Amino acid sequence: MSIAASDQAEQSILEAIRGALFDEMARDERVMVLGMDVGQLGGVFRVTRGLMEKFGPERVVDTPLAEGAIVGASLGLAIGGMVPVAEVQFLGFTHQAFHQIGPQLARYRFRSRGRFHAQVTIRAPFGGGVRTPEFHPDAIEAQFSQEPGIKIVCPAFPDDAKGLLLEAIRDPDPVLYLEPQRLYRSVRGQVPPGDHTVPFGTSRTVREGKDVLLVAWSAAVHLCLAAAEELSKGGIEASVLDLRTLVPLDVAGLIAAVEKTSKVVVVHEAPLTGGFGAEIVATIQEEAFGSLDAPIRRVASRDTPYPPGSMEDHFLPTVRRIVAAARTTVEF
Amino acid sequence: MSSAQVVDALRLMLLSRAVDDRLIKLQRMGRVGVYGPVHGQEAAVIGSAMALDPNRDWIVPASREHPAMLRHGLPLKNMFATYMGNFDAAAVPEGVRLLPRQQAIGAQLPHATGLAWALKLRRTGGVVAVYFGEGASSEGDFHEASNLAGVMRVPLVMLLINNHYAISTPLHRQTAAVNLAARAEGYGFPGFVVDGNDLLAVYSTTVDAVNRALAGEGPTLIECRTYRMGFHNTSDNPKEYRDSAEVDEAEQRDPIERVRRFATREGIWSAGQEAAALDEIRSEIETAQRQVEALPKPGAAAIFEHVYETLPPRLQQQKSEAMDDARPR
Repeated sequence: MSIAASDQAEQSILEAIRGALFDEMARDERVMVLGMDVGQLGGVFRVTRGLMEKFGPERVVDTPLAEGAIVGASLGLAIGGMVPVAEVQFLGFTHQAFHQIGPQLARYRFRSRGRFHAQVTIRAPFGGGVRTPEFHPDAIEAQFSQEPGIKIVCPAFPDDAKGLLLEAIRDPDPVLYLEPQRLYRSVRGQVPPGDHTVPFGTSRTVREGKDVLLVAWSAAVHLCLAAAEELSKGGIEASVLDLRTLVPLDVAGLIAAVEKTSKVVVVHEAPLTGGFGAEIVATIQEEAFGSLDAPIRRVASRDTPYPPGSMEDHFLPTVRRIVAAARTTVEF
Repeated sequence: MSSAQVVDALRLMLLSRAVDDRLIKLQRMGRVGVYGPVHGQEAAVIGSAMALDPNRDWIVPASREHPAMLRHGLPLKNMFATYMGNFDAAAVPEGVRLLPRQQAIGAQLPHATGLAWALKLRRTGGVVAVYFGEGASSEGDFHEASNLAGVMRVPLVMLLINNHYAISTPLHRQTAAVNLAARAEGYGFPGFVVDGNDLLAVYSTTVDAVNRALAGEGPTLIECRTYRMGFHNTSDNPKEYRDSAEVDEAEQRDPIERVRRFATREGIWSAGQEAAALDEIRSEIETAQRQVEALPKPGAAAIFEHVYETLPPRLQQQKSEAMDDARPR
């Protein structure tokens, strides 16, 4: 396994994240990585493998098992001049750190009237499809969108994984950087070498099609791509828009994509009710009602607690459900 | 504590009590939203703050430590602005080693641990003193922050101001423990109980803790046993949950009176000095209040400032809508 992977041409998402961490820690000595099992073990997914050997135990720190303290201490570290990249082992574990993320980290610039800011990145894997136990797959990104002050970033490809992570670490404001655990090793792609950043609030069209627009982020983007292939066999050409960041949201890019197809399906892994898809749909109808030719449909997880891994196919959005929703929309 | 420090502390205690009185009065007149007085806790707050060096150490406050914040460099005007609805004028000025007040109970504790950790990593010297109450010691953040502070051996002084009430909840409903300082042992560092109404005892215990931290020996927990003589805040009526006999008894241990007696006996304080000090304090308060009153009220645009370093397009749009809404028509 290559360690300093950032000069490699084709990489997995995991390698792209690891490479970005290596590059940024080498570039900026204030950057440190902290979290449970991130040092000696290199993280439960081995994302941070090799960092402790290279940068030492002062900058790559195995912390006690306490998500609230990991995040809260990161805020203090940032105030003290460090640039923490905290790992919360799974996004579902941020339930126990929510009060430190939303009301504290996100609001500290505001509360201090700009005297202090929190240059903190929280990395957290999330998402289903890998048969993990409860809490490990929870897709609770929308909850954080109700906490102004923090940005929410969700790459789906290796190049974006690198570009968005470098952007996140350098951002003077806190960023929740969500890693699609299902895709860590399975999605590979070209990663630009060197100093590659992707500005927040820029969506990306990852497939062009004239008949219907599929809007998604993180792992759901790949479900949409698979659904688009399926639809194509039946003569329906779908566009797939990867939002890349939820906060800030690329409203202009979203509306431009909607105007090209006039028919939209929004897909996400979070449960339907109150999911960020609702925000997307509301935004589209406010900004582009006139260009819609059909009601917007949502394909999301069911409004149930996350079931055991063996049952998750009944819960999560599937290619089949996306194809069905897209057909209904196109045929409206 | 030197004689000069005792005099400084006493003056600060008198200032604190006078600020309490003024802000309560302003609240009753509808010019202050809510205010929680320091009344009764002055020795604990000021004795500990006097052990810190504002040019080296940081204070991470909870919400009832104004005299410590003032001593550390927060201008009185900024403190008045906090309560008189001008959040921009309330900000901690650049260069003052002080975090903003914390309204979420105990949430400042992990921040303090992290900040102390940064001082250690960056080898800047100095310590972090964090204030919290006995109520906060029931929060998970207290446990998590203490545990992490112990593991990382950070230069942290944890000042637990035990005023015996979390709003209406008395100490014995907060914990079954005989003392809260004993919790430190569970985190691998020392804890001490001190009479929080004894300025000199609080000071010397804090000095020891600061020295331990500076020597790289890690955190210390200090439980300052005091009593909240006033109400929790201006919306609270303590008569509904505590006996007036208990408050009368606490009056006998008024921390200011104790220092006043001590300083008088030592020949470093007199009634004449006190009258002069109170005159000065009145005029400082008058000036601070007038300065805040003279400030323009923050406009609608202010709530969009400092949300992010750069305002995203969606917020830019909301900002112009809000400014338009606020325009007189």
